[in-house]
Amino acid sequence: MDHADDPTPRPYGRRAFLGLVGGGVSSLWWGPAVWNAIATNAVPASLRGALPSPTAGWRIYTVNPPMPRFDPATWRLQIEGRVRTPMSLTYRDLLSLPRAEQRSDFHCVTGWSVPGVRWAGVRFRDLLALAQPMPSAKGLAFMSSEQPYVDSLSLGQALVPDAMLAYEMDARPLTREHGAPARLVMPQMYGYKGVKWVNRIVVSDTVELGFWEQRGYDLDAWVGRSNGYG
Amino acid sequence: MATAERVGVLRFSVTERLVHWIHAGAFFALLATGVALYLPGLAGTFGSRAQVKAAHLYVAAGWIVALLLVAALGDRGRLGATRREIELFDSDDARWLRRLQAPQGRFNAGQKLHAVAQAAAATLFLFSGALLWYGERNTRFRFDGTILLHDGLTVAATLLVIGHLYLAVVHPPTRPALRGMLSGSVDEEWSRRHHAKWPPQPPAEEGRAASSRLATLGLLVAAAAVLVLTVALVTASGP
Repeated sequence: MDHADDPTPRPYGRRAFLGLVGGGVSSLWWGPAVWNAIATNAVPASLRGALPSPTAGWRIYTVNPPMPRFDPATWRLQIEGRVRTPMSLTYRDLLSLPRAEQRSDFHCVTGWSVPGVRWAGVRFRDLLALAQPMPSAKGLAFMSSEQPYVDSLSLGQALVPDAMLAYEMDARPLTREHGAPARLVMPQMYGYKGVKWVNRIVVSDTVELGFWEQRGYDLDAWVGRSNGYG
Repeated sequence: MATAERVGVLRFSVTERLVHWIHAGAFFALLATGVALYLPGLAGTFGSRAQVKAAHLYVAAGWIVALLLVAALGDRGRLGATRREIELFDSDDARWLRRLQAPQGRFNAGQKLHAVAQAAAATLFLFSGALLWYGERNTRFRFDGTILLHDGLTVAATLLVIGHLYLAVVHPPTRPALRGMLSGSVDEEWSRRHHAKWPPQPPAEEGRAASSRLATLGLLVAAAAVLVLTVALVTASGP
């Protein structure tokens, strides 16, 4: 039937409304796959970092681009501050420490999540056993080689069973955009706690405010219990 | 003062204008607070993340409450009739959309499509926003697609609003329509040219005008109350 010259009004507006709402709701299922295809094929690489990347929903944030580059020959992890034995670990030293593995969900404070990320790295119990914090030590500040990014955990928070300094993600060494060679993984807190490109851990008698916490985010970034939902 | 040649005809009732301005006000307040939450560079500019997020949520709640108040206190019959006008498309609309000469009713086909798109966007904003809110409490309800939908809607709705503002305040042939959304009435001659199929309302009777003024007063008081309550709640929720 051709309605082109049919003078009878038809409720196309209602159909369009229902179609748009149906399309929008169903995009929860098809949207990410379609968007990933578009982002991979049609967006210049320079812009891709700010968008949900094709690797299952990650968004890569930087505060001071370009991202740091990792050179295994010169990279060092300093552990200093209120410790008995300040340390300077090479990448090989880090890999030789007791290895821990886990699968955990990653939640960003802006609303996106990546479920079931596989991490491998070092527990803070093992890392701190080398440097031996002094009895007065309360907090750890994780400094990034992407200055001035920093964030902190209390000693107690760092010792929860699923916190680690990770050097592998999904069975591969950390990529540059995910913080190569080492990043903080704290699944019970929002992702801004997960300092990337960590090259210095400073043990201190207080828990210092991190980069985002100086800009109004909560210091204790528990998922579901912070940043407006305390 | 309208002269004999420049007669105004009523295009939008108080209820219709309130629905429009509640949407407009809520849109910009939600866009501002949403962008502040979204762009890392704006963190801390307007308060802590908790405060900005609370403001975003209270504005969203105020938006829905204000619309419910209009539905409860306003001219529901008129709103229903307007909805039917927007839903219905005829062969003149099809010609108009193909940029051919065709007489249009109170709303042209473009205005109807814009209203449909904004209504769908509002529904989807509420849906995806509610999922984001609930996902904070139960992480099983955080889906990859939720934030993508909310972001995509923001971009799409903002582009539509930019086009809408251009036609309402810049583009000379359509600019006279703005008067209709402010005072309710538009120039009769302009409306005959742009909305030839629309039979303009006869001049309102005195009694109806009075009751409509009363309704305006009541709704403005209600809207102000929602606003005051919002500010009070935001202040109270601050650290």
